[in-house]
Amino acid sequence: MPEIKTEVMTVNMGPQHPSTHGVLRLVLELDGETVLSAAPTIGYLHTGIEKTAEQKKWQQVIPLVERMDYLSAQSNSMAFCMSVEKLLGLEVPERVKWIRMLIAELQRVNSHLVWLGTHGMEVGAVSVMLYCFREREVLLNLNEMLAGFRLFPSYMRVGGLREDLPRGFHAAVRSILDTFPAKIDEYEDLLTQNAIYLQRTQGVGVIAKDDAIAYGLPGPIARASGCDYDVRKYFPYLLYDQLQFDVPTRTAGDVYARYQVRVAEIRESLKICRQVLEKIPPIGEYAVKDPRITPPPKDRVYTEMEALIQHFLIYSQGFTVPAGEAYVAVEGPRGEQGFSVVSDGTNRPWRVKSRAPSLLACQALERMIVGGLIADVIAVIGSIDVVMGDVDR
Amino acid sequence: MAADALIASLQQAVPDARFEAAASIDAQPTLFVSAEHLPEAARALRDRSDLAFALLAELTAVDYWPRTPRYEVIYILVSLAHRRRLRLKVQLPAEDPHVATVTGIWPGANWLEREVWDLFGIVFDGHPDPRRLLMPEDWDGYPLRKDYPVQIRMTPTAAQPLQVTAEEFRANVERDRLTRG
Repeated sequence: MPEIKTEVMTVNMGPQHPSTHGVLRLVLELDGETVLSAAPTIGYLHTGIEKTAEQKKWQQVIPLVERMDYLSAQSNSMAFCMSVEKLLGLEVPERVKWIRMLIAELQRVNSHLVWLGTHGMEVGAVSVMLYCFREREVLLNLNEMLAGFRLFPSYMRVGGLREDLPRGFHAAVRSILDTFPAKIDEYEDLLTQNAIYLQRTQGVGVIAKDDAIAYGLPGPIARASGCDYDVRKYFPYLLYDQLQFDVPTRTAGDVYARYQVRVAEIRESLKICRQVLEKIPPIGEYAVKDPRITPPPKDRVYTEMEALIQHFLIYSQGFTVPAGEAYVAVEGPRGEQGFSVVSDGTNRPWRVKSRAPSLLACQALERMIVGGLIADVIAVIGSIDVVMGDVDR
Repeated sequence: MAADALIASLQQAVPDARFEAAASIDAQPTLFVSAEHLPEAARALRDRSDLAFALLAELTAVDYWPRTPRYEVIYILVSLAHRRRLRLKVQLPAEDPHVATVTGIWPGANWLEREVWDLFGIVFDGHPDPRRLLMPEDWDGYPLRKDYPVQIRMTPTAAQPLQVTAEEFRANVERDRLTRG
């Protein structure tokens, strides 16, 4: 019998692999089908958003930060606006807080749906993607209603919101809340007890609780490993302390546990939305009454000279922010989404830094896939839910 | 726990270091520590049970050019056990900015430190993998420094189109003709 020649093979997965959610390149060393080492290479989407932000006025940064993590646009802009408000010492009106929570939770559902669809497709359950994108379409229609833009609405503003909720928004959200739980049951019918899906995901890409904390992975990944850290519970912001919701956790730490946690999070988010709709004050300001920051309503701009001047000043000079630095974190769909903002007292930021949960997840990828099979690499990349726009910024 | 109590606790763990509370607008306790005492302070912050900052949430830097000291490296820590945050800062000079790595204490700092080195040129001594992270390997300069021009026109250094002079072109043609004959 002839001797079988074996050697370690190096495989370049990406940067244009269809399942890398953007342009991630993985250099894998393989012994047969076993992954010996993995070296992620990133930076293909680096567009220098943080440097660009230093040249913009404060309100011009909002559309920029929405484009960092393009699946959780409104969580990003909310964290950024809240950190600038901290520097300004502003307290936003109560109605704004409720609306922001509603939008942030809808954004989480939206992001998790894209995750579930693409992850399902990558492990071979193509129909899940069609189901999820069907519901995502409805959520994007809500964004269109809010601001006319489906992916990056730029609806959050420093000091509040761009304008009040459009007419019919409550009814639209309510009709989603009524039909959605049954749709989630449909996804679960397709995956939760699907023998193929279980075999592809259980015991795959395991990360222990201590490792998840040491690698800075708070969010759904750490919660699937048994760490219950959730910014909404640990450091309540907005009015989350007035709401009843649970933080779903699992202890297995594998791909399947991450799936369970995210599906449970969708249900919790819907629960929060339902409570917010009940508690949201029917009337109130949609932004702080500060003429330096909030532009006057359009009908006054068209009819009053003072309002026109005020409008012109805000959009040409911007507003100044007191010198100092602030870090505000919110619980985004991928974990702690924070903005570290430094001002030198002018109308442009001195430094804007986004805490990118995807960057840290991408870093820990190596730890989850080494020793596993190459086919599992795809399942693991899907399960950590990286958005390369957030990794590279 | 306010900044003073944190300092008292840290001072016990690292007696010869100097900690200084800083003003913070966002009500997060902020401490300065000198660069040489950072590793001991970081280890105490993680390991002491009354501190227990097990999670390094964020590591970044700010360039305050032309102020001195020019750079600040910022560590944002979270204590899961005590539910609090801390901002730890290290000030570094404009000339040869370097500070010890904390990858041995929080492994997640690896890429975050690489990013700071990549964009600010701050050296992390003892870093296991000191390469650029976001910019290309052959990039010149550190883009997030304040004296780095914003709209810069760089001549490409890699993947240049093949260019031959007229003489080389003729020589190539001649060489091909000779081999065929």
